[in-house]
Order: sequence, then C-alpha cells, then structure tokens
Amino acid sequence: MRETPLSNCERQFLVQAIAEKKRLDGRQTYDYRNIKITFGTDYGCCIVDLGKTRVLAQISCELVAPKMNRPTEGILFFNLELSQMASPAFEPGRQSELVVKLNRLLERCLRNSKCIDTESLCVVSGEKVWQIRVDLHLLNHDGNIMDAASIAAITALCHFRRPDVSIQGEDVTVYTPEERDPVPLSIHHMPICVSFSFFQQGTYLLVDPSEREERVMDGLLVIAMNKHREICTIQSSGGIMLLKDQVLRCSKIASVKVTEISELIQKALENDKKVRKEGGKFGFAESMPNQRITAYKMEVAPVDTGDIGKKAEDLISNTEPPSEIIPSPVVRAPGTGQIGEGLQNSWGLDENEDGEEAEDQTMEEELQTMDVKVKSVNKEDPIVLSDSEEEDVVVLEPKIMKKEVKVQASSTAASKKKKKKKPAH
Amino acid sequence: MAGLELLSDQGYRVDGRKPTELRKIQARMGVFAQADGSAYIEQGNTKALAVVYGPHEIRGSRSKCLHDRAVLNCQYSMATFSTAERKRRPHGDRKSSEMTLHLKQTFEAAILTQLYPRSQIDIYVQILQADGGNYSACVNAATLAVVDAGIPLRDYVCACSAGFVEDTPLVDLSHVEESSGGTQLSLALLPKAEHLALVEMDARLHQDHLEGLMDAATRACKDLHAVLDRVVREHLQEVSTQLVE
Repeated sequence: MRETPLSNCERQFLVQAIAEKKRLDGRQTYDYRNIKITFGTDYGCCIVDLGKTRVLAQISCELVAPKMNRPTEGILFFNLELSQMASPAFEPGRQSELVVKLNRLLERCLRNSKCIDTESLCVVSGEKVWQIRVDLHLLNHDGNIMDAASIAAITALCHFRRPDVSIQGEDVTVYTPEERDPVPLSIHHMPICVSFSFFQQGTYLLVDPSEREERVMDGLLVIAMNKHREICTIQSSGGIMLLKDQVLRCSKIASVKVTEISELIQKALENDKKVRKEGGKFGFAESMPNQRITAYKMEVAPVDTGDIGKKAEDLISNTEPPSEIIPSPVVRAPGTGQIGEGLQNSWGLDENEDGEEAEDQTMEEELQTMDVKVKSVNKEDPIVLSDSEEEDVVVLEPKIMKKEVKVQASSTAASKKKKKKKPAH
Repeated sequence: MAGLELLSDQGYRVDGRKPTELRKIQARMGVFAQADGSAYIEQGNTKALAVVYGPHEIRGSRSKCLHDRAVLNCQYSMATFSTAERKRRPHGDRKSSEMTLHLKQTFEAAILTQLYPRSQIDIYVQILQADGGNYSACVNAATLAVVDAGIPLRDYVCACSAGFVEDTPLVDLSHVEESSGGTQLSLALLPKAEHLALVEMDARLHQDHLEGLMDAATRACKDLHAVLDRVVREHLQEVSTQLVE
C-alpha cells in the first residue's frame, strides 16, 4: 500500500524543531540511537537493533566454481531485503529504487573495500571456492536502514565460522562441524556506514536520522569508514548540493562514531564467545527480554517533585472557585419536589419501564395525593408501554409531554401500578 | 593486473598522461533532429550519447505527477558492444539502475524543475564505448543535451573521476586504472559555486588524503567546464549563422 503522506504541519514542526537543534527523541545532533547486537544459536546469525530499526543478518557458505576472470578468489554475495513486515509501504514483488540503492551501497562498502580476504576462500584454484552469501532482512523500519544493515553484515561476518577444509594432494576433505571446529573468516577491517541527513539545503545536519526525519530531509550522505580512519565508501543521494567542507566535516564526525561502534561490536562478539565457551545459554531466545502483556515495563520517567507544594498552592490561589449553583427545589405538587431542570427526554417512553420498577413504595403514596387530572391524562393518552418498536410512535402534544416528562420519574411506576390496580378495580 | 605500473617514476600514466591531465574531449550538440536536445561526447575512448525530451506532459502513471516541480525520468544503458566482453543486459541490472539513480539525483539538483510543474523531462544516455569514466561522460553529455534542449540549468554540471595511486591523485581514470582496484572518486560539480551535486567514492582511502583528492577532482571539473562552455558557444555560433543565411 502507499505510504501515508506526511502532513504539512508535521513537516513544518519537524523542520522547525531541527532548526532549533531539537530532535523528537531528545537526542543531540550527533547522537546515535541505542545499538543492541544479539546473536543466534548458529554461527553467523545476528540481529542488530538501532533504536527501533531492526535488521537480521545470516551468513551461509557453499562450495562453487569460481568466476572465470578470478580463479583464485572466493565469491561474496550480498542481498538486502526489505521485508513487508518492516513497513506498510514495502510491497512484495518488484522492489523499488530504495532496495537497489541500499544493495549497491552495501556491495560497494563491503566488497570493494576488500574487508574480507577472498584469496583465503579459495580451495582448489579454478575449480572450487567458497561462496559466502550474506542475507540481510529488514524487520522493522524506523529510519537509517543503511547503518543498521552494515553493522549487522560485518558483525555476522565476524561471527561466522566456515567448515574446515584440508587438501592432501588431489583429495579435498570438507570436515563437518562435529569432526573439526569450524574456522572463522579472515577479515581485514570492519567498514561501518554512518548516515548524515541534510535539511534546509544543507544548513542543518543530523546523524542517524529516524524515520520521520528521513521523510523531511533534503538529502543524505553516507560515509563508510573503518576504525583505522580509512574511508571505504562515500555516497551522496537526494538532490542536494554539498560543499567540500561539509563532506570533510562529516568524515571527521564519522571517524569518531565508527570507533565507538567498532568497540561495541567487539564487546558483543567477545561476550558471545565467552558465553559459548562457558556453556551458558545463548541465542535469540535468551536475548529477547521477557515481555508479558500483563507486565508491560515502562521506563521510569523522572518527575520533579521538588516544588510541588508551592506549585499546588499557586494553582489553588490562582484559580477561581467553581461557581456553586445550588438549585432551589421547586414544589410542583404537594409531596413532590424537583431539584434541577433535567434534560428533555428524547428517548421513547418505553425506555423508562425498566428503571422505574425499582422505585420505592413511597412514591405510590405520594401519587395518591396527586391531581386526578394528571391521572386522567395519564390514562387517556395513548401511551403504549410496550417494548415493541414496531408500534407507532405516538407524538404527544407538547403541553402534555412536558408534564409527562416532569412527572415521569415519579409517575411511570405509578402508572404501572395503576394498571395493576385497574383490573383490581 | 599485477606488474602494471599505473604511475611511472617519471610521473607518467599508462596512456602517457600526467596525473592532472584530462583525456582529449570532443563533443557535438544537436545530433538528432527528432529529440528536443541531444549531444555526443568523446572523452578519450569513452563515447556517450545523450538525448533529452521535454518538458512535456507526464506519460504513464499520473500518480508520479508533482504539483510544484517537473519529474525527471532518466535512463542509463550501455550498448552490448560497449565493453571488452559483450554485455548481456544493456539495462535493468543493478549497476545500471544505480547509475540511473545517480544521474537523476545529479540533474534534479541542477535543473530548475520549479519552472515546469506537472511536467516530465526525459534524459536518456547511452554508452557506445566504455573505457572508464562512464558516469562522467554520461553527465557531461547530458548537460550538453539539456542545454541544447533549452531547459534552464543552475549551472553546467561537470563530472570527473579521480583516483589515488602512490600518494598522487590521478584525474579522469581510464578503464585500466579503474579495474586495478584502487580508490575511485566520482564528482559532479556545478563549477561557479563549487557545489557538489554528487559525491561517490569506492575502495579504501585514508581520511587525510580525502581533501587532496577532492581538490584534484574539483580542478579537473573546472577544466572540463571550460571545454564544455567552448563547445556550447561554438555550436551556438554555428546555429545562429545558419539561421541568418
């Protein structure tokens, strides 16, 4: 389905907030969202959460024949899919420009930068090489897919273990994981993408745009770097015009961010290794927090109760007391009292049947003293006290109706009782 | 390709150029009578043809219509005979789609689309011979074609590629230099204000060298701008003398 368009006032609000250096989630201009990396039970499977954006990466390998013009190199294949569960805007079937853009950027970032030693993937030159397939699935789209995808891909590649291979002369033996421990891939460096979004023709810059910010941005600049301060890829997109200084400034910011993220990835990998060695539980099931519906956990929001007493006093003194209108009782007839006007009863008369059954007996006594006129009016009027809605609704004359309304509460029960009395008469 | 020196000790490249030298550029405008604007450019051995139609009414789906701007429809394709090995898919594969997107992005920044609401401008580029610098040749050809079509531009869009070998930036890479796997920077520049419509870089480069590389590419784009400007003025003179006669 088509993406719901962003309303003009929301767009203006976002742009104005950015101009005032404020972001919707309270981050600073150069802040990243919370990154969480979890690994699955198999090697080479990981989920990365960047705020609410979630990407799943899975690595698999296969022995295939190498490419004709590169007989001694292994093959790397990348595929990023935007799953339909990620956003209602993603449709099945032929995917859009976004997919092409993301895939190409990922390929260039990871393949052209030679982060993986493809020569080490060769088994028999010209005949058999390892083909490493990186499959990425976007599970939830909350902005900045590129960064999350690159982190997921490189982390999964670092985590992956391929089966061990030994060659004796002409014989090639591929060992299963049970026979020999699988071997990690040889990774030279870890390129990580950092996205910068530009607003107002390049005046304002934000790092790690969320989905809303992405909708109002003018353009995007993606810089992929590794922690050795080597730039692996630069890509500008969107119809903005950049200046050289902006690009250089962004590259400096990117180097700082990449160092932080690289540390995070290393820590996550080490944790996982430790847990596996100690024989503890690992995998997605363990890493997902326990989310029971009955125990929905909200983060405690700090409330400033310092000057609450003073605030309350201010409020009390400033507000006016509510106007107290105590209506004086109106005596319609001896023994009856009416407080308040009540609303015009727009319901059908039959509706009041049920409510009045429980009326107390005292009402009956009061009604005995009522005017006979009222009684007769009650008797003669074609009041149909039946539940059937198919009965003609009889519109009473206004004068009579008014009286009816007022004495309704007190007399409907009476009329019922009168009815009962009638046969008794 | 091991053993191939991209930069010799005397400072000459494989084809005998100096590091900051561009390849020989020859261009013609108004190649086709049918199209609104067309141009043909040869940068060394790379030959590109660009054709522009528009601005005209939106064809196809009305949903793509923008109420305040013109929609840009680009297509990049390489002839099957353009590369050393016959290309099986002229367009539709990922690399071509990416090029198409880049072209679109570049020209959306440069063309004054606000002047033509609810219209469409088509830019079709075909590579007849690919010898490196495909993107740059496309952009340069498309700029000339857009000028030929009379569509208002903010400024010329000049594109150039640059590489980095042994601490020296090389400008206007040929196919041999590109496929060696070194750094490659493609830049599309609006020369007067030095605005970058597109920045694209592949392969590893240390952060400190980035400025030097970008400067070299910027200078090359400015040189290119001088050449393109000359081509446009000559063409204009030719056409106006023909009209007078």
